[in-house]
Amino acid sequence: MRGRKSLSKIITVIVFIGLLTGSALLSRQRLSSVSGDTLQTKEQALEKYGFYLEPNNKEANINFRHQSPQLDPKLKNIEPQIASMGASVSIVDFDNDGWNDIYFTNSRIGSQNALYRNLHNGKFENVAAQMGVADVNKKGTGVSMGAVWGDYDNDGYEDLFLFKWGRPELFHNVGGKKFVNVTEGSGLPKWVNANCAIWFDFDNDGLLDLFIGGYYDEKYDLSNLNTTKIMPESFRYANNGGRKYLFKNMGNGKFKDVTNEYGLNSTKWALAAGAADLNGSGYPDLFIANDYNVDELYINEKGKRFVEKGRQSGIGDIPKSGMSVAFGDIDNSGLLGIYTTNITEKGILIQGNNYWKPTGPQTQEPKFANLAQLAGIENAGWSYGEQFGDLNNDGYMDLYVANGFISGKKGTSYWYDYSKVTGGNSAIIGDAANWPDMKGKSQSGYQEDKIWLNNSDGLFEDVSDKVCPYADFDGRAVAMADLWNRGVLDVIVANQNNIPLVYKNIQRNNNHWIDFDLHGTVSNASAIGAKVEVQWSGKKQLQVITGGIGFASQNQHRLHFGLGNCSKVDRVLIHWPSGQTDEIINPEIDKRHVIKEKKARA
Amino acid sequence: MQVIENENLTNTHFWSFWKKNYFTYIPPTFITLILLVGQIFFGILDSYINVMVAIGTSVVSEALLARFVLGTRKNLASAYITGISVGILVRSNMVWPYVVTALLSILSKYVLRYKGRHLWNPSNFGVSWMLFMVPAYVAGLSMQWGSNLLPMSVIWLLGLGIVYRAKKLHVTLTYVTSFIILAYVRSLITGDVFLAELSPLTGPMYQLFIFFMITDPGTTVSGKKAQILVAILVALVEFVLRLNGFIYAPFYALFLVGPVARFIDLRKSAPKTEIKLTT
Repeated sequence: MRGRKSLSKIITVIVFIGLLTGSALLSRQRLSSVSGDTLQTKEQALEKYGFYLEPNNKEANINFRHQSPQLDPKLKNIEPQIASMGASVSIVDFDNDGWNDIYFTNSRIGSQNALYRNLHNGKFENVAAQMGVADVNKKGTGVSMGAVWGDYDNDGYEDLFLFKWGRPELFHNVGGKKFVNVTEGSGLPKWVNANCAIWFDFDNDGLLDLFIGGYYDEKYDLSNLNTTKIMPESFRYANNGGRKYLFKNMGNGKFKDVTNEYGLNSTKWALAAGAADLNGSGYPDLFIANDYNVDELYINEKGKRFVEKGRQSGIGDIPKSGMSVAFGDIDNSGLLGIYTTNITEKGILIQGNNYWKPTGPQTQEPKFANLAQLAGIENAGWSYGEQFGDLNNDGYMDLYVANGFISGKKGTSYWYDYSKVTGGNSAIIGDAANWPDMKGKSQSGYQEDKIWLNNSDGLFEDVSDKVCPYADFDGRAVAMADLWNRGVLDVIVANQNNIPLVYKNIQRNNNHWIDFDLHGTVSNASAIGAKVEVQWSGKKQLQVITGGIGFASQNQHRLHFGLGNCSKVDRVLIHWPSGQTDEIINPEIDKRHVIKEKKARA
Repeated sequence: MQVIENENLTNTHFWSFWKKNYFTYIPPTFITLILLVGQIFFGILDSYINVMVAIGTSVVSEALLARFVLGTRKNLASAYITGISVGILVRSNMVWPYVVTALLSILSKYVLRYKGRHLWNPSNFGVSWMLFMVPAYVAGLSMQWGSNLLPMSVIWLLGLGIVYRAKKLHVTLTYVTSFIILAYVRSLITGDVFLAELSPLTGPMYQLFIFFMITDPGTTVSGKKAQILVAILVALVEFVLRLNGFIYAPFYALFLVGPVARFIDLRKSAPKTEIKLTT
């Protein structure tokens, strides 16, 4: 008996020491792998992965630089915290020349937004001033936070909606020659502290409607405050953010506020929104990524109203810091999953990003399970924007996630100060005056963006250090577009208070591709909400056209599908918002197909 | 707080046992209540599985270790509290850290002993180790709970009632008073407003700390004055750690001060024989 007890004691001590050392070593190993020096040369990356993202700002003649907003002096102690957004990027072919152009927003009073026209020779030219969309950051009407493009009057040219911490503004595209500000009389609100907006046709009437998500309460002008009690009431359960706006397009250049009528009464802190038909009803549902609370999923009930089903669907149980949303069919199942970014800071806040994979049949009340951890796309950093796209044309959607919050003085951290107030009572956290002075400190700064390569087996490989030069800007918006009509997706990243990164995607592989550029006739002319399913080699991949996706960003209008080394596409199904489905058998590959919805407008 | 066990319970009539020992089950009931209320009204838990795993690991390992290492049976209420504390205080996207933290917590009771008594509060040991040494996988409950006044007030009132009944109110009050005074001193040093320094005390991490960890009868020293002194020392070490930016300063302070105080106390007073009435 005594011997057995002694043996038990020895085993207990061994297990104890083993657990202590094993857990510590495991953690250390992971931390060193995160900050490892795995940088590879361009040649090595091309050889191994078949692509390389090469910074191309200089060659493309893009010299834009973002400037953060200036705030009321009362917020001086945490100005970098609050003024941490506004760098956005959206892709548009505003002059219908078949080449993608780029729009960047700026956020300081007096700063200029930039519209880079594609010159077809590898270079771009900033034409924002001559087109009338540069000088938009003014005292009294606020500063830009992002932009989305959509043809709201179905005249064949993409119009510009600018969301701001200020007055939202609508610019009509006049034949690709100039933009006219048509905000006055359009029915848009006087002031919204918005960090997201999307175009979508929620009632499928062929006219693009608008959703705007408020972040800070709309009663505040952050550059001119009479209170400091503007902050979230909780780090996880805040409901004191800005209101939401749903505007129905009345068809005469006017928009009607139908927010309450349609049941969008949330005042959570919205940072991103995306719309796609997630339950097969034929109507676009609305996903909202919220900071300081749970994300929300609004199911569209036949264009008549929205019903929030976040909790029932599985996506609304755990409050995190929702920063962005994107849709991606990562396993070629023909179903859209939802990826949302959050915050991961080792040892302090491990939220993890989510990939919500649909489970079971598509029904009025869809269900999702979070597979981000299994897929290896969970922990990125302090993440903001994201986009899915097939970067190496192998037939599987890869993922780009922008990271980094505030890069202040190197070697400093505001996290301790931050944790003091964010863990406290609402009366304390809600008042900016209580927040410790940042004194130039960093908070999750100097982080590298994540690039995850889809290895086709449901697992992603982190190739962040391997397929592009090291960069640690404070990444915000991400967009993917074929900037030089080469059949590949280039990547554009808008960085806060810094230059953007325009990555040219250099390919070295034998992979094929196919693009679809859709134009609605019965459906809205931008074909926003249209879904394309491409079937080849036993695979089927689904993509959707969105009027803004990610964080403060919009991808190119055309949909790009990598095909791997397969030289034949079996079938393509195009599901238009009007309800019509077009079928194309054996379309030509390595080609952009411009497709007009068959049925003519009545 | 850990429960006070009585090895003779098995021979006691149920009703008399209940009358004499009902308090044993109040702390576990209270912490369960906090968990349920928090989960129902706020959804504090990211996953039920993690808490269940932590509780299961804690209880099973306690039962096994007591049987094979001490050769006795133990009331498992203490292990239950350890498990539930681990489940609430540890935040991880993976399940294994809950298993390891719970295991380390219970194992520490059987390995790190002096004169037959364990030195560390079990969950304080496990949680502190994981937060400090395993940051790649684990974070703490520093900012991830509700911030409303009403539930916080209810938890404070109930918690104070419990520690009063456990005759540890002086420990909690001493620590809280020390924290408030030192928060003011910190605000003078850092230049941050007093409310910012006071703020952590209003959060969930401290509610668990002051009602369940620092008052643990199994690891507090004997004598009221000594207990008050230790509470002040914990607050002082925490003060220093906070000035150096340690988010989980209270855990680390108790981790450092608690066992030293306990060691000195045992050296001075406790008998050399193995004590079976463990906590």
